[in-house]
Amino acid sequence: MIAYILRRLGMILLTMLLASVIIFSVTQLLPGDVAHVILGQFATPQAVENLREELGLNRPIIVQYWDWLTSFIRGDWGISMVSRLEVRPMIMERLRNSLMLASVSLLFYVPLGILLGVIAALNEDRLADQAISGISMAFAGLPEFVTGLILIGILAISLDILPANSSIEPQTSFKEAFPFLILPAITVSLTSLGYIARMTRSSTIDVLRADYTRAADMKGLPRWQVLTKHVLRNSLLPTVTVVAMGIGWLIGGLIVTEAVFGYPGVGRLLIYGIQRRDLILIQAISMLIVAVYSFSNLAADILYGILNPRIRLGG
Amino acid sequence: MATDDKPTVLEVKNLWVSYATDDGPLNTVRNVSMKIRRGEIYGLVGESGSGKTTLARALVRYLPRNGSITSGSISLAGTDLLALSPGELRKVWGARVTMVHQDPSKAINPSITVGEQIAEMARVHLGMSRAQARHKALEMLEKVQLPDPESVAGRYAHQLSGGMLQRILIATALTTNPQFLIMDEPTTALDVTTEAVILDLVRDLLREYQTAVLYITHNLGVVARICDRVGVMYAGEIMEEGSIQRVFTHKLHPYTLGLLGCVPRIDIDKRDITLHTIPGHIPRPDALPEGCIFGPRCTFNDNTCHQTRNPLMEVEPEHFTICGRWADVEKSIREDFAQEKAIKALDQKDAPLVLDARNIEKQFKLRRSGLSNLFSWKPEVVRAVDNVSIRVRKGATMGIVGESGCGKTTFARCIAGFEQATSGDIFLEGEALPYSIAKRSKSTLKKIQLVFQNPDASLNPQHPVGQSVGRPLALLGNVLQSEIDQCVRELFEAVNLPADYVNRLPHELSGGEKQRVAIARAFAADPELMILDEPISSLDVSVQASLMNMLAELQKVKGTAYLFISHDLAAVRHLSDWIAVVYLGRLWEIGSAEDVFTPPYHPYTEALLSAIPIPDPNIHQERIRLQGSVPSAVNIPSGCRFHTRCPRKIGPICENEEPPWQNVHRFHSICCHIPLEELTAMQVPVASETEEEQQ
Amino acid sequence: MQNILTARQIPASRISRTIKRLRRYPATLIGFTLVGIFILMAIIGPWITPYGFSDQDLSNRLQPASAEHWFGTDQFGRDIFSRVLAGSRDVFTIAGSGTLLAVLMGLTLGMVSGYLGGAADEILMRFMDVLLSIPPLLLAMIILGTVGPSRLNIVLVVGFLYIPMVARVVRSVVLDIKTREFIEAAKMRGENSGYILFREILPNVLPPLAVEASMRFSYSIFLVASLGFLGLGVQPPSPDWGMMVSEARTWYNQAPWVLLYPAGTIALLVVGVAFTSDGLRRMLLPGGVSG
Repeated sequence: MIAYILRRLGMILLTMLLASVIIFSVTQLLPGDVAHVILGQFATPQAVENLREELGLNRPIIVQYWDWLTSFIRGDWGISMVSRLEVRPMIMERLRNSLMLASVSLLFYVPLGILLGVIAALNEDRLADQAISGISMAFAGLPEFVTGLILIGILAISLDILPANSSIEPQTSFKEAFPFLILPAITVSLTSLGYIARMTRSSTIDVLRADYTRAADMKGLPRWQVLTKHVLRNSLLPTVTVVAMGIGWLIGGLIVTEAVFGYPGVGRLLIYGIQRRDLILIQAISMLIVAVYSFSNLAADILYGILNPRIRLGG
Repeated sequence: MATDDKPTVLEVKNLWVSYATDDGPLNTVRNVSMKIRRGEIYGLVGESGSGKTTLARALVRYLPRNGSITSGSISLAGTDLLALSPGELRKVWGARVTMVHQDPSKAINPSITVGEQIAEMARVHLGMSRAQARHKALEMLEKVQLPDPESVAGRYAHQLSGGMLQRILIATALTTNPQFLIMDEPTTALDVTTEAVILDLVRDLLREYQTAVLYITHNLGVVARICDRVGVMYAGEIMEEGSIQRVFTHKLHPYTLGLLGCVPRIDIDKRDITLHTIPGHIPRPDALPEGCIFGPRCTFNDNTCHQTRNPLMEVEPEHFTICGRWADVEKSIREDFAQEKAIKALDQKDAPLVLDARNIEKQFKLRRSGLSNLFSWKPEVVRAVDNVSIRVRKGATMGIVGESGCGKTTFARCIAGFEQATSGDIFLEGEALPYSIAKRSKSTLKKIQLVFQNPDASLNPQHPVGQSVGRPLALLGNVLQSEIDQCVRELFEAVNLPADYVNRLPHELSGGEKQRVAIARAFAADPELMILDEPISSLDVSVQASLMNMLAELQKVKGTAYLFISHDLAAVRHLSDWIAVVYLGRLWEIGSAEDVFTPPYHPYTEALLSAIPIPDPNIHQERIRLQGSVPSAVNIPSGCRFHTRCPRKIGPICENEEPPWQNVHRFHSICCHIPLEELTAMQVPVASETEEEQQ
Repeated sequence: MQNILTARQIPASRISRTIKRLRRYPATLIGFTLVGIFILMAIIGPWITPYGFSDQDLSNRLQPASAEHWFGTDQFGRDIFSRVLAGSRDVFTIAGSGTLLAVLMGLTLGMVSGYLGGAADEILMRFMDVLLSIPPLLLAMIILGTVGPSRLNIVLVVGFLYIPMVARVVRSVVLDIKTREFIEAAKMRGENSGYILFREILPNVLPPLAVEASMRFSYSIFLVASLGFLGLGVQPPSPDWGMMVSEARTWYNQAPWVLLYPAGTIALLVVGVAFTSDGLRRMLLPGGVSG
């Protein structure tokens, strides 16, 4: 088990290292010189040269990368090229908000998705299954800005029961922010809900067909006991991994949803950074997102290992 | 037998079971009636598609959602099962009826300890507390003779061997002391020596518990060994039913006769006899023939057979058949059966050598893939094949026999070049071969061909089967492009397939037909050596028989040397001139087929022969059983590697020293510490007729 | 013997069976119909639209749906129906080309990786894992944010992002097929790698690849529309669906149709493609891979 965790950890660190190379090189694709971007096209060559010196842009690219990576790991994420402020406190403040929204969404769509998936599996090919599968497939395909705007149209504008705009102050406490989280959370959830439901459905169907489920039925155990003890224990195991893989979707969904609702999260900060071409900000946010994604996958792997006797005890 | 006066536990009358499918309803089980008494083991035999599993699931009303019982009655000790509500049914399941499933590794929940899986039965049906149920589980584990029940109870399925898992399933099924037990092919997934131990256990336990048992199997030998009564099922109906003694001695239905004739036996030297075959296929339930459903495949049929379908008739006391011509069938047994055909009269002891494989070794390094390797320890070595030498002569068959994991398939794959041997020499017609298939020349490739075990995987699902046979002709066969079609047709004819099959895709063929195509493909290159890697083991017995006949016929015509790999001793004996016995990657005995099957044997060979169930209730087999399971090929036992399980172990010498090869005569050798005279003195022939049970 | 063998019936033909099965899945039929209509509209669109997608008519701003303007008009008096139709051509060409690129590259890499195995496979797959460790929308945004969202760039980014998913599917099929015995039978008769790769393996890869491609297409539409909404799609005056929706938010209170018609069209197309993909899975991979 410890060897398993170490292996997973090693893989994830390696992956993150390579991902950092990609992020760094992509942002270096920027046409023209960063110094020019910052100072505008009318800057004097002397000013540009001074800034290049200051930013270390005259050094070889490898050195720049190494410097950037090590300072990122140390916690020195640089100074915004636009606002000239430290980016780390700026991002961390937004990260809290994004995590708040993400947690509310996860707490909503994971249990509901599992429930729907199990119901669909138990009614395989019957009406309930067709309805759940069809609707979840439809929602899984709808971009967040479409569902988000339709929800705003119905719940905020026509019925006026929830706020249409979630552009709260970044430091708002969770309790005060909660009403503003509901619509964005539903929006983010709809895409992932369908995904979780579909995956849960298929793994549950597999387990329902397994010989050991038949054996449990033939033992005359009460139906609910067969379901909770024999079926779900096995069929929800892959769901752990599925949820973690879905975090990538969730992050994409958060970016769009934050834009739709004007919610002050990391996603909106990223869009802002891209619009202003704030290289430092983009790099830091991207690295942070990759780290969050990778470690949630690691957590899922470890949880899977703990729940699966095959890995926990070795094969 | 002695059960006639016991009360009836299960009574089924005129049961019909139907499945709703896209093509309309399929009546998979039709008009089945049966009675099983207390303490009686009722064997239900039939080939795949005969409806035996559907019948079993219908008996406990546990059919798939599209299946339903359309008419008939099922009564369990006075309870009308068809009248029960689903809730009431669940109280019957587990308490009064239990089931042992086919593949124990799949029938045990992988994420619950096995002890808990027994204990939950006790809690639900016997109303026990947690502590009592735990105690009961340990008691049951002890009942099925598992060593160290305490530790076994706390383990998960993946930590236990197939034999142990099957014992656990049996323990589970008997926990509540049910009235009726269904066993669905409980030993099919096991090796023959494990099967023998489990069968002994089942017979002893059931005698003690006096449960009424429905025992489903395709293996007539197993029926003869443990059942009291037998029902022969075909295409959803019962053809013949009666006590074991009566059915096996007075076969009153041509299908029973055919099935028994299909099976090669280790106790009778029938190597020179063509096996009985049953032509054609089981009809689908929606396309049954007029009259007798077996009519089109029956050698006894006459006009009346095509017009009338008989019910099950009692023609002797407690012996039923649906065949109207049962008297003719019974009469034919003595005359018709032994139509001898000497396929291999030729004494090949001096025929030229085709394959000479010397000291072949194959080791696999156990390692995890790629980068994760950085985090694991030094690789372990699996010695799959360890110093095996085999020779095959022209026109002769060398059979390699052993249980799963003994290295026989790895050896064959080393010869074929799919695996690269670690060391050793492979000579083909005197010429040394490179280990890897990629380095072998076209002329070498042409000389060795292989027929694979699984016909589903050995044909490309996207290619018409004619194309699969045509390619080797084009590449290796020295055949003109224009003649390929003609050659393909000839090959199809040689393997008894209609020529218009060439354009079909594999999924349109049955398993047996696919294997015929695979054999035609292998013969297309006109090889000198044909490696047959378990070519028949995935098929039904009647199909096996016709393939074995065909292989023998083709060998006679073409003079090809066969290397026949199998776990089925009876098939090996039937087809082979020479036999090599393998265990844990080593050769233990080698000799002509007759010699290997007569004492002295190697103790392992002896145990194999004793384990095989012979389809004849009047045969007595010496009871020699191997305990435990095959050790891992990573940690091979010291000295004689069979000593951990050897029933004839003589002392420390077996644990410390490698045994020597001893020659019984020029063509028969045994690798064992026990002197040959002693082996001969303590061993008896494979099987003998029992006097006391003769009628 | 002969007549018994031929008398054995062959299972009812595959096609009629498939149709029978499909009847039980209305979602699949809906999907096929929707996709069919969209393809038709994308092809004949320019001939049936009464207005150019950028024709402004400021006297007719923000009009609701009418006989002249089926979907109404937007803030510049442009005909929304014409814009939606023109946008659907963009979606098909951009998402379609992106998918095609991903499928071709993924097929090549997956085949090579799966067939060669060993170090080449290890390196390729590790690289794919790295790409997969960055959420696709994030990577698309930072690339397009730096190089600029031209039509070609969007196609390249979409294609690039989905290569790993396709390659993984192809690789897993190849790894499975590679160990089948008919491949060994081909080696036994001395077939070269080219024949084994293209004649033995490739035909077996195509059915799952078709299913994967249809799924990728639906994700591509999703991605392209989302990028458009974030301002990283095809730039004006091209009628990008995401962009149209984004701009229409301003006018929602006055003229909700400016938003609802494009949004509804996106929804219909995405749902249609998703249902189609599910239907393809049922037809091409019966009893096969789930999820």
